[in-house]
Amino acid sequence: MSIRALIVDDSSVMRKIVERSLRQAGIDLSDVFQAGNGAEALGVLRDSKVDLILCDINMPVMDGLEFIKQLPGVENANGVPVVMITTEGSESHVVQALSCGARGYIRKPFTPEQVKEHVVPVLAGKS
Amino acid sequence: MKSVSKLLAADGGHENWIPLLDTAAKEVFQLMLSCRLTTSATSDETKLNVTAMVGLAGQLCGVLSVRCNQKAAALMTSKMLGVARDRVGSEVADALGEVCNMVAGNFKNKIPGLAEGCMLSPPTVITGSDYDLHSMSHSPAVEIRMLFESMPIVISLDIHG
Repeated sequence: MSIRALIVDDSSVMRKIVERSLRQAGIDLSDVFQAGNGAEALGVLRDSKVDLILCDINMPVMDGLEFIKQLPGVENANGVPVVMITTEGSESHVVQALSCGARGYIRKPFTPEQVKEHVVPVLAGKS
Repeated sequence: MKSVSKLLAADGGHENWIPLLDTAAKEVFQLMLSCRLTTSATSDETKLNVTAMVGLAGQLCGVLSVRCNQKAAALMTSKMLGVARDRVGSEVADALGEVCNMVAGNFKNKIPGLAEGCMLSPPTVITGSDYDLHSMSHSPAVEIRMLFESMPIVISLDIHG
């Protein structure tokens, strides 16, 4: 199955690494949208439908937690799974992200295998 | 909330953080760049003309910096992106900033209680070596010297309180 992914991170290098990791994980990407913060990502979602969102937490303008809190009001984000990819590794961040609606949590640094391990079950609706 | 002095005392002083910083850096390079950092006793710091810095605030206040030369920064970028070194351009500062950010995050996650109570700033990257850094605090620094593909890297954690 081919999917459309939205990658949200203030580092363009990290966005490219995440995209490459998804492809290395065997995930077939038909479209990849990118945003440098939560506000930009909401702008992308106003115009585009996606199947998966991967999102950093610490970003300027609008951070990842605020972004996912706003997703329920965004039509194109209904039911779209969000996986956080972040350096923030505390349990409280994980709990906060999951309570805000995230379906997965990957800590940086990460390997493509870890991306696969967290993203594939989410896409299959098992997480 | 624990103060940094209590954290330092609980850990037996900042010297005990050196192996944690060493491990944090090695893990980042292993996982994100697929290469091994080796510990180095000395390095020629006069040629380290790219500096990435991330601020820490909360239970631990300070600045974590990663210093290397342009060639090492470009090679790190090419390894992170999986492209040839001659195809690397403006991404170098972004890549080194992300390396610094991940080392800082990985380091704080290794100290019990610190992951919760310490926030990281976005990275800042300075190019050039003709500058002096002045800190208003006289607290100790934790510093490690490494070799990345035979090129020196210095990682420092300046503790402000």
